[in-house]
Amino acid sequence: MSAPANEAVFQDKIDQDIRIEPKDWMPEAYRKTLIRQISQHAHSEIVGMLPEANWITRAPSLKRKATLIAKVQDEAGHGLYLYAAAETLDISRDEMIGQLHSGKAKYSSIFNYPTLTWADMGAIGWLVDGAAIMNQVPLCRASYGPYARAMVRICKEESFHQRQGFEILLVLSRGSEAQRRMCQDAIDRWWWPSVMMFGPNDDASPNTAQSMRWKIKRFTNDELRQRFVDVSAEQIKLLGMTLPDPALVWNETRQHYDHGPIDWEEFRNVLNGNGPCNKERMAARVQAHADGAWVREAALEHSRKNAARQSVQLEGVA
Amino acid sequence: MTANNTISNVISGDKGSWPLWEIFIRSRQGLDHKHVGSLHAADAAMAIENARDVYTRRMEGISIWVVESKFIHASNPDDAASFYDPANDKVYRHPTFYDLPDELKHM
Ligand SMILES: [Fe+2]
Ligand SMILES: [Fe+2]
Repeated sequence: MSAPANEAVFQDKIDQDIRIEPKDWMPEAYRKTLIRQISQHAHSEIVGMLPEANWITRAPSLKRKATLIAKVQDEAGHGLYLYAAAETLDISRDEMIGQLHSGKAKYSSIFNYPTLTWADMGAIGWLVDGAAIMNQVPLCRASYGPYARAMVRICKEESFHQRQGFEILLVLSRGSEAQRRMCQDAIDRWWWPSVMMFGPNDDASPNTAQSMRWKIKRFTNDELRQRFVDVSAEQIKLLGMTLPDPALVWNETRQHYDHGPIDWEEFRNVLNGNGPCNKERMAARVQAHADGAWVREAALEHSRKNAARQSVQLEGVA
Repeated sequence: MTANNTISNVISGDKGSWPLWEIFIRSRQGLDHKHVGSLHAADAAMAIENARDVYTRRMEGISIWVVESKFIHASNPDDAASFYDPANDKVYRHPTFYDLPDELKHM
């Protein structure tokens, strides 16, 4: 088939909500867009383990410790599902890891903020995982089969993440004066970075239209952000806390909450490597990968030797 | 390990990487093994253990098969039209093809 004919068949499948699978013909730009989006998503899951791992040894009880370990382990799994989905598009795991470590590939800017107190574990679960879920649920219907299937699995696991986070904050909000202060402080620090997680405003997001035509994206950044603001503005009432936005107010005509301006300057700064923890996160990631190199080599060597031993034994039998 | 060789190794990726495995899981006794995804592992034993940790953390399975991906052969989607053509015109293989009176019961 000619390229335009292929393209027509492809777009027709997309329009009919027929999933694209790895061996199907696809435009090169679709493949590239998916690789970029899925691998950045995978990197975010992996780097996202670092701020929370920081609190595993200091969690206030055995229950909280076990929960936090389970959550961090889930995030590792999410990274793996997504790397595997991206690998079906003909990019190797090593290449993706290389892109992360060299700084060529980005990951969510949210993970470049520090986790200063225990309440941050609550705020991350509630707001950061909450924003992630808002983004991820529509991706379960993404047009690329392996991506959509990975997202279904991820979304199933995410809901516990958000609930445990909210529960941490709820307990703190009903605690001592110092605990209430800690709770409010964590919300104050995590709110705006979470709002920024949805990415630039629609008019500053030139690729959105194409991604929506390809059904990689189902909603625009601003639509998802609005949904997140609406839901959070109600949930915060249960905590008896406030969101750090004086302009946050219910708009009767729009039937949505209005919110104050977003500091895109900060967003760009953090994304470009100048956030409070960018260097620390990357150094930890690169160090972990380097420290594991001998283990990966030894395991490979072990399997080679085993295979050789088995073939010798087989020859002996014959 | 010296900082030097680590950074360059890390940036360029490893020389020998673990092969890719496809993972199939039986979720309950009585059901088929179903493809759930893939992962990298040095050998079959490690692939099974990793599959347990990655795909059955919430009791999603009671049996795991792993197959090294390179051993999977697949039909070609580009040939789908001609490949499945023999089944295309055989509606009589379906029970709804047969027009029978409504009074006929238990069939
Ligand atoms: Fe996750
Ligand atoms: Fe999560």
